Parts: sequence; C-alpha cells; structure tokens
Amino acid sequence: MRELGTYAKNSWCPGCGNFAILNAVKTVLREIFEGGECPSENIVLVSGIGCHAKIVDYLNINSFYSIHGRVTPVAEAIKIAKGHLKVIGFAGDGDAYGEGLEHLIFAAKRNIDITMLIHNNRVYGLTTGQYTPTSPLGFRGRSTPSGTNELPINPLELMLASGATFIARGYSNRMDLLKDVIKEAIMHKGFSLVDVLQVCVTFFNLYDYYNQKVYALKQHNFSDYNEALKKIREWDYNTDAPVALGVFYKKDSPVFNEKFTVKEISVSQRKKKVREMLEGLV
Amino acid sequence: MDEFSILIGGKAGDGINQAGLLIARIFGQLGWHAYIYYDYPSLIRGGHNFSIIRLSKKRISAHTNKINFLLALNQDTVDLHKNKLAQEALVIYNSDLSKAEGIGVALEKIVKEENALAIMRNSCAIGSLCKAVNLSWEVLEKVFRKNISKEIDLNLRLARRGYEAVSGVVKIESTTRKALPLVTGNEAIGIGLYSAGLDTYIAYPMTPSSSLLHFLAEKAEYFGITVIHPESEIGVMLLALGFAYVGKKAAVGTSGGGFCLMTEGLSLSGMAELPVVIILGQRPGPSTGLPTYSGQTELLFALNAAQGEFVRFVAAPGDAEEAYFWAQVALNFAWKFQIPAIILSDKNLSEGSFNFDIGAIEEPKGCSPLLWDRNGEFKRYAESESGISPLTFVPDKDAVIKVNSYEHDEFGITTEESNTVVLMQDKRLRKEKYLIGELENYPTIKAYGNLNSETILLCWGSNKGVCVEVAENLGLKAVCVAVLSPFCEEKLSKALMGSEKIICIENNATGQFVRLISGFGFRVDKKILKYDGRPFSVEELEEKVRKAL
Repeated sequence: MRELGTYAKNSWCPGCGNFAILNAVKTVLREIFEGGECPSENIVLVSGIGCHAKIVDYLNINSFYSIHGRVTPVAEAIKIAKGHLKVIGFAGDGDAYGEGLEHLIFAAKRNIDITMLIHNNRVYGLTTGQYTPTSPLGFRGRSTPSGTNELPINPLELMLASGATFIARGYSNRMDLLKDVIKEAIMHKGFSLVDVLQVCVTFFNLYDYYNQKVYALKQHNFSDYNEALKKIREWDYNTDAPVALGVFYKKDSPVFNEKFTVKEISVSQRKKKVREMLEGLV
Repeated sequence: MDEFSILIGGKAGDGINQAGLLIARIFGQLGWHAYIYYDYPSLIRGGHNFSIIRLSKKRISAHTNKINFLLALNQDTVDLHKNKLAQEALVIYNSDLSKAEGIGVALEKIVKEENALAIMRNSCAIGSLCKAVNLSWEVLEKVFRKNISKEIDLNLRLARRGYEAVSGVVKIESTTRKALPLVTGNEAIGIGLYSAGLDTYIAYPMTPSSSLLHFLAEKAEYFGITVIHPESEIGVMLLALGFAYVGKKAAVGTSGGGFCLMTEGLSLSGMAELPVVIILGQRPGPSTGLPTYSGQTELLFALNAAQGEFVRFVAAPGDAEEAYFWAQVALNFAWKFQIPAIILSDKNLSEGSFNFDIGAIEEPKGCSPLLWDRNGEFKRYAESESGISPLTFVPDKDAVIKVNSYEHDEFGITTEESNTVVLMQDKRLRKEKYLIGELENYPTIKAYGNLNSETILLCWGSNKGVCVEVAENLGLKAVCVAVLSPFCEEKLSKALMGSEKIICIENNATGQFVRLISGFGFRVDKKILKYDGRPFSVEELEEKVRKAL
C-alpha cells in the first residue's frame, strides 16, 4: 500500500475543517484501494486555489493543482480523455460557486462522471476574510465591513436544477457521515457534488451553530426529485433552520464522457486520411 | 490572358461563399490557380456579401481589384463594384432584381419555374458564366457532382437553364496544369494539427476561427478525433490543459476577445509546463471591433499575454501551405518543449481560399515528447540541462504525477523556498535557448522577388502573398517573417543585410511589428499600414509602395 501522505508541511490553521476532509478522503481512498475498486494510479485529484486546494500537496496521488475557479473543466477533460480514471475535484465555495460557477453548472448539465467536493466554509480564508456566494446576508467581511446586502445562493438547489445526479451535504465535524457520503459520491456514476460544511476557525467559526443545527437525513427518498428539492430547500444557507446532512438526490442517467473515445491514430493513417480528404477538395 | 478575376455578389444567405468555391474549382479543372477573397458583414440575412475569385497561371495568394467578370445576384452588386470593372468586363446580372449593361438572366423566374430554393440561383448564374466563357458543360457537371451533395439533379437543371440562357462571349483557354485542391487557411491549420497528432480540438465559436471548429467537428468522426464546444473560452483553455496532463494533444481556437479569457490558462500552461496549441484569429479591434474583417492587431498581445515570464512559440503563417506547415510545427514544439504555442492568423488567412499542393510542402521533421526512462523516482519537474523534464502520463503505477500552478519543486509540490523558486524559473526559461537552436533549421524568415534589390518590403503573416507579388512586379525584395517568438534576430539581420530602404507592411494602425523589431535594434524607413479591415489588393499596395520609394 502506497503511503498516502507527502513531505509537504501542512499549513492549515489548527482546528481547520479541512483536516477532517483530508482524513475522510484518506480513509475513503484506502478503502477503495484495498477493496480493489480502483488502483491508486487511476485516481486523479484536481484542486483550485484557496485553503482547500492545498489538500493535493498533502496527498501522494496524481494531482493537478489548477487555478481559482477552474477545477471543474480540468477534471472534465481528464475524464473525457481517459474514461477509466476516477477524477475527484476539490474546490472552495468561492472557487466553485463564485469564480467557477459556469463550469460547475455545465458539468452538472452534462452529467459528466466526476466528483466535486466543495470545502464550503462560507468565507474566503486565504485572502483573509471576505464574503462568498454562501455567506449569510449581512456578513461582515473585510470587503463588506457594514455587512453584505445580498442573500446567499443555495448551491444544492442550483445543482439540482442544473442536472447533477448526485447531491449530498457533509459536515467536517461529523466524520463518519462525511466519509460515507464522499465514498458514495466517488462511486456514483455521473456528476456528483458534496457540499461539505467545513469550518474556518479563523474567519467564520460556525462550529457551535452547526453542532446545534445538523441532523442526518433518514427515510429520505433520494430518487424523488421533488422530495429532494423540498429537503434541499429546508435550509437556505441564511435563515435559521435544521441543517440536513447526507444524500439528497441520486439518479442513474447517461454520462457525457462515454460519448467520447479518444483514439490512437498513427501518423501514417493520419497522412493517408488527409490526402484522401484533399482529393475531394479539387 | 494570364489571369482574370470574377466577382460574385449578393445578400448574406445567398450562398456567395459556396458559389465562389464552385467557380474556382470549375476553372481549377482547366488548370487555373485560384485565390478567393470572401467579404461579408456580421449579419445572417441581408447586407452585401461578395467573393472575388482570382484565377491565374501562377500560384497566387492575394486578390486584385480589377474585375473581368461580374456575377450580380442583385442591384447592390452592380452598383458597389462597377468601379472595379476592367475594360471589356462582362457583367452577368439577375435581370429580375437588377439593371446593368451586360447579359441579363432571369434568375428569379427560372428558380421559380424549377420549384427550386432561392439559394440555388447560384447554380443558374454559374451555368451562365460557364457558357459565356465557352466552357464545356461536362466540366461544370463534374465539379457540381463532386461538390454538391443536396439536390444535385435540381442544381444541375438550374445550371443548365443558366447555361442555355446565354451565348458564348469569350474563350478562356485551358491548360494542362493539374487541378490543385482549394482549402481555406483554417482548413490547412486543421489538417496540419491533425497530421502532427492532434487528439482533441476545443473551441467556443468566434469569427474568424469558428470555421476551424466547424471543419474539425464535421470531420471528427472521419479523422477519429474529439471535438468539444464547451461553455466559454475559459473552459476551452482549461479543458485543453486537462487533456495535456493525461498526454492527449489538444488545440484551441479563438479570436482576441476569447483569447483575453484564455490568458489565465495560458499562464498556467507556462507554469505547469502543459503543452497547448492556440489558434488566434486576429480581428480589427479594439473590443468586438469588426468581427468578420481582417487585421493584424494582436501581435503584441499574443507575444505578451498572461502574467509571469515563460517561453512561448508564436508563428504567423503567410498562406495555407505555410499554415499547414507551422500548425504541425506548433504542435510538435508545444510537446517537445512543454510550452504553449500560438498560431497567429487573421480573416485573410483563415477564411481566404488557397490552392494547396501537399506534395510540394516540406514536411517538418517529427519531434516527439521526451519520455521518462523509468529509472528512479518520477519527478514531473525534474531538473535538466535543457530545462525539459521527461514525461509520463496517468495512469502509471510507478509514478505519481503532480502538476501545479503554484511555484513548485521538482516533484510538483508547492514551494515558496527562494532557491527552488529560482531553480524552477531558470529551468522553464532555459527551454527558449534550445527552441531557438531548433528553429535554426526551419524557414522562419523567407525572401522573395528580386533578392539583389536594396529596397525591402518587410511583412509578417498573411500579407505575404500581396507583398511578394508587389515585390515581383516592382523588382524589389520581399522579406516575410513567419516566426515571432522566440524572435530569430540573426536570421532577420541576414535577410535585411545590404538594404538601403526597408518598407514595413502591416494591417494595423500602430505598426506592431515595427515596434517588436525596434526592440532588437532594427529600424524601418517607411510603414504602410492599413486598418480598415480589408486586405491590401495587389494594385492598392503597389501604388502605396511606389509612393514610398
């Protein structure tokens, strides 16, 4: 078994919710490798820019450390090019729901078989504390000292509307559940997204709040679109409400990447095709 | 007659472009070489579209403004182009919609009688043209059958009606030269990329590069490649880099506005050393500019776009054959040196139609990416003499492959440590020296015309055809630069040696190439700049050069 850690020195703040995601991912990967579900060389991790993104430096697995907002298209390309790979994208809420939102919507719309794990701490951490698309109304950040004047988006509702076929929520302080949904998301064939409520202890410490509000979904029919929508709307990321954790929606649907096969074509075959085609252009 | 030009004009939606190609191919059967300039505004229906089909006994890649045959589908075509008519020019006009001196053909009436679509009036007009120049029916029929897949019988019937409606006026001689294929610059780029091993083409539609997307999408199955049109140019570029990461060769295409969106990905390509080829079809700008017209306004942008310092290859081919050549080289270099490579085109090149003689084009020598020898631990950014790190691709059970947009160590893990930062920056930049060395053996700068002339017409990119022709007409030397980055300073010195006067010709308002070479100490005496979106015609440039002498 390959050592999953690297020599990179971890630079997350003590108590950061990202540790929980890192540990959950390590556990899931170990299970996947040991269970023979996927060899380690077939896993590719993609991350954006932000505190979340450092996770790829801490994992001794193939990785593409991309740029802010651009996790999804990189992950999509890798899956289209080599469909037997498992591609896991890590992105922050600013990254996936802000700068890179168009890509996320299109990936969901295409139902491309990749997994997006969103480290949603509802604040920009690495740029030292500004509001994000999921910060509550009135959030006082360094760019909005008097509080924001806009409501947050509910990313899960947006993903459901966009065509995602696996939608779940985890919480960095509920490890077992987090691990389970991450594994289920990775094993799902189609576009899967897990919104992980991950706490930024330095700029937006919501541990106490979440600890009071979260509950695990039980007896929820995740194959029913309307029921999923109802559960997703229970908490709008703004007003006080119970915060459900687990799988909201799951559906089998044709995947985008299977429509493509990237073939090997020799140089001589290529030249032959070109000459043949040119004959038709006389 | 050594050459003649045919102008066909009508409204957008009249199929002028396709009609121009048919005409060129018909005369191609008689051994005439062709170049087509296609002019159209940015709209779908209406407006005025025209094609100038220039036919010559020699190879050409420029148009002239002297029209010998005018095919007018409407009155606008008669009115807008009558000043271009040569002496004894023949006008064939749609007598149902226009008035002119010449041969009237009732195109609307014939189309109606044959229950045909309006667009098929082209077939009728082409029939009349062929008869007017005493062309045999068999040649027309052969070209129609080869090029028209829909309603061929109806199209032939219409052509026959047009053919029979007029009588022969002049005779166009035929020669024994073999007919050459006619391709657009974009098609030439497409087959160049494909020949060199392209796996995937990714683009968001944007004129003048859209026709490359259309061409490769239509040919994707035949070629066995993947063509993707994603959500935006940002997505385009990042998809391409994802493909490159797993060892699949990708190219992207756009124009300036889309390239703006690609620049963050361009910089990522430089930092993460992920190969990509970018086809940049320039426009007259700024901003949306003139979408369907031509300009050389993005040279300095292509050379400088994106943050940070990294090596890039930039080539501006002069015609379709060069486009085929440099597209192959761009893909080869991108992968050999693990850098972004840009093909700088414009509407003149991308959408102009050129004869294409694949047998006469020198094939660039193949160059393969450097692969990992499988000894020791794999390091994606292993230090090396040339700056090039050997590659392996996912999945490889013996390697963990990490690429990174942050500054990184040899293994690909983020670092801010000062020695490693310098080591890695030097490693990446060192590749340029080897790229320049490699370019020694490539025709980066070519000279034409009177090589002993002390007056030089200096140009780059798609002005090659018109500059060479004017130089030949005036007994001057033309120097055409095809590679803009890395800049081949010594080769330019040699090409300009002994010159008394250098006249630089560009399709932009500020002389971007002149500014580029001034940084290397080159001075030009005169600039001839044209930036109205229209390419130079041979006569127009010749007159301007005469004045500048």
